[in-house]
Amino acid sequence: MSRPGPAADGAAVTLDRAAVRLGGRTIWSHVSLTVARGDFVAVLGPNGAGKSTLVKALLGVLPVAAGTVSVLGREPGDANAAIGYLPQRRSFDAAARIRGVDLVQLGLDGDRWGIPIPGTRKRRQSSARVAEVIELVGATRYAREPIGELSGGEQQRLLIAQALVRRPSLLLLDEPLDSLDLPSQVSVAALVGEICRREQVAVLLVAHDINPILGYLDRVLYLAGGGAVEGTPEDVITSETLSRLYGAPIEVLRASDGRLVVVGQPEAPFVHGDRHA
Amino acid sequence: MPEAAIFQGLSWNPLTDLDRLVSYPFMVHALEAGTIVAFMAGVTGWFVVLRRQTFVGHTLSVIAFPGAAAATLAGLPLAVGYFGFCACGALALGGIGGSRRGLSAESASIGSLQALALALGFLFVSLYHGILSGLDSLLFGTFLGITSRQVLLLLVVAVATVSFVAVVARPLVFASVDADVARARGVPVRLLGLGFLLVLGLSVAETSQITGALLVFALLVTPAATAHELTSRPGLGIALSVGLALGVTWLGLALAYFSTYPVGFYVTSLSFALYVLVRLGRGAVGRRRATARFAPEVA
Repeated sequence: MSRPGPAADGAAVTLDRAAVRLGGRTIWSHVSLTVARGDFVAVLGPNGAGKSTLVKALLGVLPVAAGTVSVLGREPGDANAAIGYLPQRRSFDAAARIRGVDLVQLGLDGDRWGIPIPGTRKRRQSSARVAEVIELVGATRYAREPIGELSGGEQQRLLIAQALVRRPSLLLLDEPLDSLDLPSQVSVAALVGEICRREQVAVLLVAHDINPILGYLDRVLYLAGGGAVEGTPEDVITSETLSRLYGAPIEVLRASDGRLVVVGQPEAPFVHGDRHA
Repeated sequence: MPEAAIFQGLSWNPLTDLDRLVSYPFMVHALEAGTIVAFMAGVTGWFVVLRRQTFVGHTLSVIAFPGAAAATLAGLPLAVGYFGFCACGALALGGIGGSRRGLSAESASIGSLQALALALGFLFVSLYHGILSGLDSLLFGTFLGITSRQVLLLLVVAVATVSFVAVVARPLVFASVDADVARARGVPVRLLGLGFLLVLGLSVAETSQITGALLVFALLVTPAATAHELTSRPGLGIALSVGLALGVTWLGLALAYFSTYPVGFYVTSLSFALYVLVRLGRGAVGRRRATARFAPEVA
């Protein structure tokens, strides 16, 4: 079903009228999206709209029921070596006796069999790459401490380093800002934006709240009601577009500081930026 | 007679005592077997603690008991019962659980399996109207009467198991601490979990033959848990785990040789004492470090 379309040339992700079914239920359908290299695209939507499902479909973990999906010009699942994947909220409790630097190292060569021999040129090169990417995310100071003893923001930086260590062409970040405190959300969002520009990586970031990433985004994909709208944040996060998508009256308010607040979604009380509400 | 040697007591001359320790073949075999078992338990145990599978490990050790009892009943070598039951138990547990999250969620069914295993063990023991003192060594270990053939079998199983662990070490650590990302990277997480359960079953079977079924943790978990307390570096942690397991085994065997108490008691007490010491020490260091980390931010 999912053959790379002609638009796949140079594009990191292409979805053409794609649909995913889980247990007989259609999660979403007619979703089309193109993410070019260096693009920063946010996937937004209410709980249960299928945001993580989209990430799993791109990884080839879930099959695509209709339409076509191509990832880095190949079938989903075939290009995973070139994808940096950060799954939805992983936290490490205090008993997790593994260091951040080991976790990043696993991201580099954790899928290889056999024991690495210390002191070889290859080993030194891989250690250097791990140190370099930890420096890039600004985690050098605490990378050698057990990950369970670090704060949520510190853990998230190391997990981003793990996703980046193989110099991926595509970053799939599933709610990396979830359950971080506000300063950490802002700094991690800035970090992802900077990596996207500097390394020319395509970034697909699943978020609950658009506001911390609003300044870095190129486009958003808003999933709701079994469908999706794609476009710039200014085009998509509007009362008209979201009302059409939800099939219910939605109001988008712009706060004086530029933050967007979405009111009236037909689910449990939820607004963008509701931390301040 | 071995018993005579045991009751000789210490001469308090280290060289003489060391010499006496290895003067009987049965003791040499016990030291060889203990060394092999401790090495294997140290390696496997580090992964057991990392994967938080101590409950599964305990269940397998309880399954080892009916294995040994059944072998005695059928007139087969004990090792056959240990390895057979533990391997089958590991596969059964793999069927119940699968993923790591699944295993803890299925703890009720694992616990039920444990109770059944214990009941079966007692059934086999009572069906076998032999000398009941055998029950003690099945449960709490013995180092008497280990033959060179048994040592060879222990060595073959240990070499095979440790080699397997060495080959899968990195993906196994990856799958243990970060299953989602490992799966996305193409690591066969579920298959590795099953493979490791089998390794665990074989390790439990080996360890049971020295410490007895009930004291397996003394070698399989306590030294590894101590190593995890001391360092979070994987390579160093495994080396420490092996070193501690070897240390308590050698010392435990020597103490058992020169006294009347069973080896399982010594090995268990020694590893427990070490664990407590390290926990207390780390608590103190942790508090000091926490204050040190906090202080510059205040200043």
